[in-house]
Amino acid sequence: MFGTTLILAFRSIRRHLLRSFLTVLGVVIGVGAVVTMVTLGNATTAAVQTQISSLGTNMLQIRPGQGFGRGGGGPRPPDFDRQDVAAIANQVAGITAVAPQAQSTATAIYEGANWSTTINGTTGTYFQVQPWPLTEGRIFTPAEEQAGKAVCVIGSTVKTNLFRGARAVGTRFRLGGVSCDVIGVLSTRGQAGFGGDQDDVVIMPIKAVQRRFTGNQDVRLMLVGVDQAYSTAQVQASLTDILRERRNITAGKEDDFNIFDTKQISDTLTGTTTLLTRIVAAVAAISLLVGGIGIMNIMLVSVTERTREIGIRLAIGAVAREVLMQFLVEAIVLSCLGGLAGLLIAQLAIALLAPLMQVAWMFDLRINLIAFGISAVIGVVFGYFPARRAASLNPIDALRHE
Amino acid sequence: MVEPLIKLRGVTKTYGEGPTAFQALKGVDLDIAAGDFVAVMGPSGSGKSTTMNILGCLDVPTAGNFLFRGFPIETLDRDQRALLRRKYLGFVFQGFNLLSRTTALENVELPLLYRGDARQARHDTAMAALDKVGLADWWDHTPAELSGGQQQRVAIARAIVTHPDVLLADEPTGNLDSERSIEIMELLTDLNRNSGITVLMVTHEPDMAAFARTIVHFKDGLVESIESRNRQGAAAETV
Repeated sequence: MFGTTLILAFRSIRRHLLRSFLTVLGVVIGVGAVVTMVTLGNATTAAVQTQISSLGTNMLQIRPGQGFGRGGGGPRPPDFDRQDVAAIANQVAGITAVAPQAQSTATAIYEGANWSTTINGTTGTYFQVQPWPLTEGRIFTPAEEQAGKAVCVIGSTVKTNLFRGARAVGTRFRLGGVSCDVIGVLSTRGQAGFGGDQDDVVIMPIKAVQRRFTGNQDVRLMLVGVDQAYSTAQVQASLTDILRERRNITAGKEDDFNIFDTKQISDTLTGTTTLLTRIVAAVAAISLLVGGIGIMNIMLVSVTERTREIGIRLAIGAVAREVLMQFLVEAIVLSCLGGLAGLLIAQLAIALLAPLMQVAWMFDLRINLIAFGISAVIGVVFGYFPARRAASLNPIDALRHE
Repeated sequence: MVEPLIKLRGVTKTYGEGPTAFQALKGVDLDIAAGDFVAVMGPSGSGKSTTMNILGCLDVPTAGNFLFRGFPIETLDRDQRALLRRKYLGFVFQGFNLLSRTTALENVELPLLYRGDARQARHDTAMAALDKVGLADWWDHTPAELSGGQQQRVAIARAIVTHPDVLLADEPTGNLDSERSIEIMELLTDLNRNSGITVLMVTHEPDMAAFARTIVHFKDGLVESIESRNRQGAAAETV
């Protein structure tokens, strides 16, 4: 019985290829759109997460001022100093390391090539707080750090633009007015989530930067690594207490510094991209629904067009249920085939678009299964009405139909 | 007396209701013996098509009895009548009514598909039926690739593939020229004589009716006369 119906459905689809194709076009596009959108959306979310985790997870950034900017009017809040760093390192529980940072910019010159870049003065703890592997060379030693020697580890962008493929480690180049030895090259991190090239950087001992570039003892930024066993909120509270005390902020006054939780940013951005994915998926799902209505539409037309055929089948001895099943199975087979075609198109679209969007290609089994399942359900739902109409035809009228 | 294969008693059929109601049959009594070849004649609106629809179990009488092999058909529901058609009846139409874009073989296989025959049995039975109508070599042609006469022969093959008791033919030669018509009538006569199929045929043309053994004339929703004939067509008796 079911085999017979399946044979009839396939025969009918094969005999009317163009009509069948037009019938399912909506489902093909709908499934294709849903799968493409959701997959690319998820890939984007994953990419954002990767980029943010490259900033270091379980890490707090402490800057003077409020928010991202320096804050409204009033005097600029003072930077931190070495004593602040030491106090945090010694007095706050639950931290793995504190890395101070002093920043400056300068033009690097090497054999006629010059490149304007960011100088980041820090200590060896910087590499503990946020792991950043080297591709060659080494980081500076405690001795070099103490002495404030002009040694540097350069980012991959600097290496590319300044050394142009030539060997960098062991060479000496000019950075502003300072002659600087390259001791290591950092691996590529890529674009940061919020603009800026993380690889366009020269990392030096903080003492060297303070002495030769900034000319003061200020620490612009502190990176604090948080022990996995402690909650970042807890550590954040301790940091706030100690800094308020050290910066003489009386009760009731606002902090003149801010503590930035990278995990929090990561969560926010992930939430945003997930939301966007859902919105786009919803739009695509509507197109899938429209595709289902398209199936119903053409199946209804097809029932009218095939009235005589139905009459013949009824006269020959098909019972109503067989005619109903034939049209229903035809709709289901059609929309499942449409669903499959949509899945294939989606894989192609993803393979094509993923590189353009700079996200990794991925195959999301779950959404593929869901979209295919929906296409099958659409066949059942939108195929039922036309099928019932076909089955309820009177054979005499159907045979007389021109 | 042997119980007739088909027995109509006081069959009426009314279409519509109230003042616009139209009574197509006004009390038809008709017996058809197994193995007969009956031609049904009559002017348009005389009730012959309505009678054929009832005999074909496509329609039910408003009142009266229809006994098929002694069984009261009016007690059957829609699906049961469909199953009865599947098992005992074959249909041939004026307009051939083959499925388009479908090969002759697949058209003939259709009743077997509904009957649930296995693939090989389906193929063999259908080929045998096509062979019987002389179209075995044309099995893979679609209706569009066949002449009218050939299409009607495919339709006949489809009608007889299940070895029905009764073949109902509604103006089977209405769309054919006289030469093709005679071929079809000879085929029907052959099936009637050699395969024992009872043939009921509606026709306008006396030439075609002449092939039948019994001619039933309809007029104004009633049977006007029944003519029994010899093989060669001369009228033997008029009831």
